[in-house]
Amino acid sequence: MEVLSIFLILLTALLIPGITGMTKAKIAGRKMPSVFQPIKDIIRLFKKGAIYSTSTSFIYKVAPLVYLSSVSVSILFLSVGSKISLISFHGDFLLFAYLLAIGKFFMIISAMDTGSSFEGMGANREALYSMLVEPAFFIIIASLALFTDYTSLNELFSNMHISSNFSYVIGIAASYVLLNTAMTENSRMPVDDPKTHLELTMIHEVMILDNSGFDLAIIHISSWLKFSIYGTLISKFIIVTTLPFYIQAVYFIIIQMILAIVIGFLESFRARNKMEKNPQWIIMLSAIAIVAFLSTLIISQKIILN
Amino acid sequence: MEVTIFNIFILLAFVIFIVPKKSQYYFSAFIHLGLIGISGFWAINCFYNYSEVSSLPFITFFSNPLNLTIDVLSAFFILVINCTVLTGFIYAKGYLKSYSTNKSKTEFAFHHFNFIWLHISMLLVVMIRDGLAFLFVWELMSLSSFFLVIFENEKQEVIKIGLKYLMQMHIGLVFIIVAFICVYIQTNGDIGFDGLSLYFATNKPFLVFILFFIGFGIKAGFIPLHTWLPHAHPAAPSHVSGVMSGVMIKIGLYGILRVLTYIHQDLFSIGMFILVISLISGILGVTFAIVQHDVKKLLAYHSIENIGIIGIGIGLGVIGIAANIPVLAVLGFAGGILHILNHSLFKSLLFYTSGSIYLQLHTRNIEQMGGMIKKMPKTAIFFLIGSLAICGLPLFNGFISEFLIYSGIFKSLLPGNLFIDITLLFSLSGLAIIGGLAIFCFTKVFSIIFLGTPRSDSATKSTEVKGSMLISFFMIGIIIIFIGILPAFIIYPLSSVVGIFTKDSSILYQSAYNLNNISLVSGIFIGLICTLGLLRNRQQKGKIIKQGPIWGCGYTGINPAKSQYTATSYADNFLLLVDRLVNVKKRFIVFKSEEIFPRKRTFHTDSSDIFEDYLVSLPSKKILYWMEKAAVFQTGQIQHYLLYALVFLIVIFFLSILNWI
Repeated sequence: MEVLSIFLILLTALLIPGITGMTKAKIAGRKMPSVFQPIKDIIRLFKKGAIYSTSTSFIYKVAPLVYLSSVSVSILFLSVGSKISLISFHGDFLLFAYLLAIGKFFMIISAMDTGSSFEGMGANREALYSMLVEPAFFIIIASLALFTDYTSLNELFSNMHISSNFSYVIGIAASYVLLNTAMTENSRMPVDDPKTHLELTMIHEVMILDNSGFDLAIIHISSWLKFSIYGTLISKFIIVTTLPFYIQAVYFIIIQMILAIVIGFLESFRARNKMEKNPQWIIMLSAIAIVAFLSTLIISQKIILN
Repeated sequence: MEVTIFNIFILLAFVIFIVPKKSQYYFSAFIHLGLIGISGFWAINCFYNYSEVSSLPFITFFSNPLNLTIDVLSAFFILVINCTVLTGFIYAKGYLKSYSTNKSKTEFAFHHFNFIWLHISMLLVVMIRDGLAFLFVWELMSLSSFFLVIFENEKQEVIKIGLKYLMQMHIGLVFIIVAFICVYIQTNGDIGFDGLSLYFATNKPFLVFILFFIGFGIKAGFIPLHTWLPHAHPAAPSHVSGVMSGVMIKIGLYGILRVLTYIHQDLFSIGMFILVISLISGILGVTFAIVQHDVKKLLAYHSIENIGIIGIGIGLGVIGIAANIPVLAVLGFAGGILHILNHSLFKSLLFYTSGSIYLQLHTRNIEQMGGMIKKMPKTAIFFLIGSLAICGLPLFNGFISEFLIYSGIFKSLLPGNLFIDITLLFSLSGLAIIGGLAIFCFTKVFSIIFLGTPRSDSATKSTEVKGSMLISFFMIGIIIIFIGILPAFIIYPLSSVVGIFTKDSSILYQSAYNLNNISLVSGIFIGLICTLGLLRNRQQKGKIIKQGPIWGCGYTGINPAKSQYTATSYADNFLLLVDRLVNVKKRFIVFKSEEIFPRKRTFHTDSSDIFEDYLVSLPSKKILYWMEKAAVFQTGQIQHYLLYALVFLIVIFFLSILNWI
């Protein structure tokens, strides 16, 4: 079962970019690409050789491997619905968050390895934004831990409903923060526009300007997996845990697809932030997380009103 | 028996002045090894015999017997000291070689002598409980490290920094003496740690604790007591800065921990005090670090940050005891104490590797480095290991201690009351911000030093280090990764140290399961990286793999060394958020619209530490100003001085008539 849920997460990871792309094309009035278009692109990349820049060192070759590995290992902490995940222990979300951070660390230094000013720019922005977003994630986790009395990632999210009727209050705030954390971590819309054509305004895309072939392919796959991971976390707020597994699985796939469409919508109708507004916007996520924490304190009756 | 041998080794240190220059190093190595052997034996004995305290007669001083007292806390610190000093003197062999031509035999002997004495005094500080003897060896520690800092005494700047260091150490000493005297007056017992238990049993501990905290905190480098640290570490030779930053500042923490063992009331306010100071030190330390261009100064600020992390652990532990939340107490102390060991490892590694770079380039300014990974790949890998460890990333030891602190926080959210929960929220956000900033800082340092293309000529000519330096890198690197991947082994010795502060440290054994899971995940992670590497090799077989220039928007005329990102530009977007704190000044000439062909121009930027500006520089400037005003009285004419004496006598006369004195 646990293996099956990993499989489901991987499956939805493959579909999310296609569906987001279709949604965006539909809204823009273009002809929709196939759902499998991103996968075809990746397969094409896998068939190619590679060009390595002369200024790079072994860091540049190791970084994509570390990146994909860190994201893939993070999936082991998750499961679909109420099932227990493959790896679950007290405080595993710390390992989860820091594993993603080690992947990011390597991507940043690999961008700096090229010695290109463009990539330096992207690396520097990515480092700043992912630093700023980190407290938001931890505070949300702390609110959930306070709320549910569980301290492992999978259980935290699975046990949201059982605890109290107020869970939806926290759930909504947490989903908002998580969704936007996912957008920031993946360098998507309000923070970064992946479709921009100017290197000076890019963040993530400019970091991987010089990657090609296999390396570029696995970097893309890692981004997809990251989206799927955050989607899985959000889906856990919604799926009712008493249902049998196969119904939960269907729910899971539907929720992930809806999420992909929502992202498509958001990206079509939302303009990118001004670059210097980004830190403010990201710190706002932490502020919302703190509000969620304080509401949890009220709900758990540690703050006694009137 | 062992004490006699220990004493013989201490006395042997004086022989170094008559040893010929060539064998000085080996002679001092012999003494170090002897000291390490004996004290390490005591420490390990203490850990494995489960004997609470062992007391050894050391010397008799004016017919007062002086004992060496070793409990688990001392034993832990002995091991940390020995570990860092061992790698330090192995590293010193290669490092000192470059000075062999311009330093005389006596200078070398004096340097070795002080290094040995730093080692001895640190060992004695953690073993002596008697007050006067403690203050004496504490002073010896400051003096010997002072002489080590001013090794490059031909530079005027170094002497100035050294004196500054010496003065601040003595301000700290005054606070410790005052604290001991306060205790002595109240209890009429002995001056010393044993008297503290008497005092704290009957009196409110907070004020005396603050005195101790300031005294020991100056050594440890808590903000705002840190101003000596960013100057002394860069000025000292790298093996000295490694040992100073790795263990000597921890001796300050030892003092605080030792005092804490005697306090059993009023713990809540003390815990909050430590926590708040540590959070400030942690966040501001790393903020100041990001703007530095001098690699060793940057590392010095990171020491402040890590002292902050240790302090957060200890502070939470104390709060845990006060609020009766055993999980928080045990995991807080465990995380803090383990971080003492961890920091001594990765910080000394970072100082040693940056020292090797300094030897090659003769500059500590990272803006002149770049592309060093191709010239010094091994140094680069070890610097990377140190960076990953200091950022608290998994697979490396820094993660384990931060994990313990974090998991203590998360576990005690539920049993805590409102006030505790808000405190935990702040510590949690603080730790997360520190972690994020550390990643920001070390991606910057590592990339600017090692990656990209060289920014100066000397950077292109440098060569890899050899021999003893590499051995010390390997030793530290292996321990870092061992603790990072197999943390469960460290739990048992750690729990006995934590047991000094909390009654029951068995909660720590429960986290052994979590730590084993961390090992498992680390294994999978490494396995996955290797598998992916093999897959890529297979995929790339038979495909065309080319080398080419980087993408420059199709423009090929750029000089990559000139156009790449610098440390300043990397830190720039962060600076916008914190510019008030770091006082960054930029000096450049703005382009004017009528200037069609721009002339050559320069850009200069520097930053300062607001605490140093307002707490040290400004007051001392003010004092100097008034002192100079007062100097008009010093005319140099004997008639004037006689007049002063007369005026004085008249004043005394009138005062006594009026019965005022």
